[in-house]
Amino acid sequence: MKQLLIGMRQGDIWVKGSCLVMGLGCIRRKQIVKGLLYLAAEGMFFLFFFGFGWKYLQHFLTLGENAQKRIWNESLQIYQRVPGDNSMLILLFSVLTVAMIVLFVYLWLLNLKSAVHVYHLEKEEKHIPSFCEDLRSLLDERFHLTLLSVPMTTLLLFTVLPIIFMILIAFTNFDANHQPPGNLFTWTGLQNVTDIFLGNATKTHTFTGILGWTMVWAVFATFTNYIFGMLLAIIINHKLVRLKKMWRTWFMIPIAIPQFVSLLLVSRALEPTGAINVALMELGWIDTPLPFLTDVTLSRIVVIVVNMWIGIPYTMMTFSGVLMNVPEELYESAAIDGAGPVRKFINITLPYMIFVTAPATITTFVGNINNFNVIYLLTAGGPASLDYYQAGKTDLLVTWLYKLTVDQHDYALASTIGIFIFMIVSVCSLTVYNRTGAVKKEDMFQ
Amino acid sequence: MKKHVNKRNLRTSIGLHTLLTALSVLWMLPVFWLLLSSFRKEPGAYTPYLWPKGFTFDNYTRLFTDTRLFNFPRWFMNTLFVAICCCVLTTILTLMVAYVYSRLRFKSRKAIMNISLILGMFPGFMSMIAIYHFMKAIGLDQTLLALILVYSGGAALNYYIAKGFFDTIPKALDEAATLDGASKNTIFWRIILPNSKPIVVNTAINAFIAPWVDFIFVSVIMKDNYNNYTVAKGLYTMVDKANIYHYYTVFCAGSVIVAIPIVLLFIRLQKYYVAGVTGGATKG
Repeated sequence: MKQLLIGMRQGDIWVKGSCLVMGLGCIRRKQIVKGLLYLAAEGMFFLFFFGFGWKYLQHFLTLGENAQKRIWNESLQIYQRVPGDNSMLILLFSVLTVAMIVLFVYLWLLNLKSAVHVYHLEKEEKHIPSFCEDLRSLLDERFHLTLLSVPMTTLLLFTVLPIIFMILIAFTNFDANHQPPGNLFTWTGLQNVTDIFLGNATKTHTFTGILGWTMVWAVFATFTNYIFGMLLAIIINHKLVRLKKMWRTWFMIPIAIPQFVSLLLVSRALEPTGAINVALMELGWIDTPLPFLTDVTLSRIVVIVVNMWIGIPYTMMTFSGVLMNVPEELYESAAIDGAGPVRKFINITLPYMIFVTAPATITTFVGNINNFNVIYLLTAGGPASLDYYQAGKTDLLVTWLYKLTVDQHDYALASTIGIFIFMIVSVCSLTVYNRTGAVKKEDMFQ
Repeated sequence: MKKHVNKRNLRTSIGLHTLLTALSVLWMLPVFWLLLSSFRKEPGAYTPYLWPKGFTFDNYTRLFTDTRLFNFPRWFMNTLFVAICCCVLTTILTLMVAYVYSRLRFKSRKAIMNISLILGMFPGFMSMIAIYHFMKAIGLDQTLLALILVYSGGAALNYYIAKGFFDTIPKALDEAATLDGASKNTIFWRIILPNSKPIVVNTAINAFIAPWVDFIFVSVIMKDNYNNYTVAKGLYTMVDKANIYHYYTVFCAGSVIVAIPIVLLFIRLQKYYVAGVTGGATKG
């Protein structure tokens, strides 16, 4: 940055002119195509900004003041719509415009940098790279720019901007009563956060209740799968078991079926008139249908048990892979020490498996916090509860977020919950990354 | 002594095999139930008995002939189209990003990788409304193109497995090629890609499966445009309250048709799956 300032002061009129007219420095030193590209970028940005972006950005602080109205037209004898502002579009395109400004400033700095650079090259009578040489470097020294350009653009448009937009939504009152263009929404600061933690008794109760259940669920879902998956893997990989591959495949089939099919089917079977109750009654074990999906405790047990059906084969596959890769030296040295099969298992196999699968387990734990499919398809969060705000007793934070968004259009609250989920997930993940150190040792095997 | 051991082995073996048989029957029951319902003659989601009163192939033929309300053949082609596009696009984007992070060193590399990591932690549903309105603003809502963009747009975040794999390819290969005058571009196409077949297949299959099983983003983007539904969303609509009685068995038939190719792909995937999950732990 400092170098750039010095370079600017020393540079000639063409370099200084690059501040206003981008690409001027390059054009002067015969990098005509490059210079023209800079100039075109500048032109396009100003066209975009004044033709489109400013219209929205100027309302950013208020998010619009004139709602769409209906005015009685005397001469035509009808109500006519008078278009007003649309808070949502203002916010959406303001975010887009700000992103464009950031991009433009970056390009502008690049332009100054290359202007100073070629100025020095000319002064020192060195070779100034031609456009073709620049292009070639994009396939070699600067290949990362070429490869990253497309993925980063799509990432920016379809992930980053929407996330920024939704984070901003968390600080507004964008809910069912404030749906633009009829009703505008506006900034409300930390209202949603205080609602959840202090202000609104029902929302606080719902949030703490759901958070508690989410954690209980994640712990149970992860560890039931972990333990039973490990057991299943040990059984299948036992030296006496024949046709190992067939058994593995057999357990894989149910989880390969799309979850919206398999879980929906199980959910229908669990209803009072569903197959499981019918079967139990035909066997004469029960007289009245069991309330699998309507009783709080029972439904919570049901989701955990059904999740075992979906999850155990995955852990089984993981552990099978690990079991087959236990370093042989460990067993050999244990055999020399005279360890029997049980000792070998407890002292070698088990610690090794736990050690190797630790990062995967925490990833699974995080995945379970956000396990939308199992809950939504099985119970849809039910049984619904009156003392909860738009949620049921098996709802996780993520299914609550979904319901608030899709059914209630309560976007502001949903976004606040989303940010909270992000915090939980990032804390969990960061612990893993710091612990495993896999990131630091990435060059080790190269 | 030896006889004694053999006898014990035999007993353990029988015990283990019985246990495995029992467990796999338990695991396959719902699958069997799906097949059974798809051939059931009587309509309705709930029957007061378990074994169907009659069997028929009608549910399958209805799927392809009765297209007034639910146009399954069209949904199938939609999904196939989206899946192929996503497969190509996602695979290319993912491999490009993975190669950059694995092999190229530049100033902002660490920063970009950390930002990617953080972005991946936001719940995906959070931004779906924003994506819908963004698509609407550029005139792409309710189109298949929007769906492809949504499924493939985040590909840059899912580079971990591929990067982990690229990291295990010896750097000496690159260096030798560089000495021979190969550019980074040549190294990517001639050295890294040919040595990474498993990971290319893995990424491609995963990307291909995604559109077949997602019903959330389709709902958000397509709203009520039945013609542009994918099979997942279409089948899901068949079992909502208004349709479930007449269409439940048809839904089962459709599910079987969708499930067969996915199950086959998934089984093909399983050996890479194992390598992928544990690879991260030991290879970094």
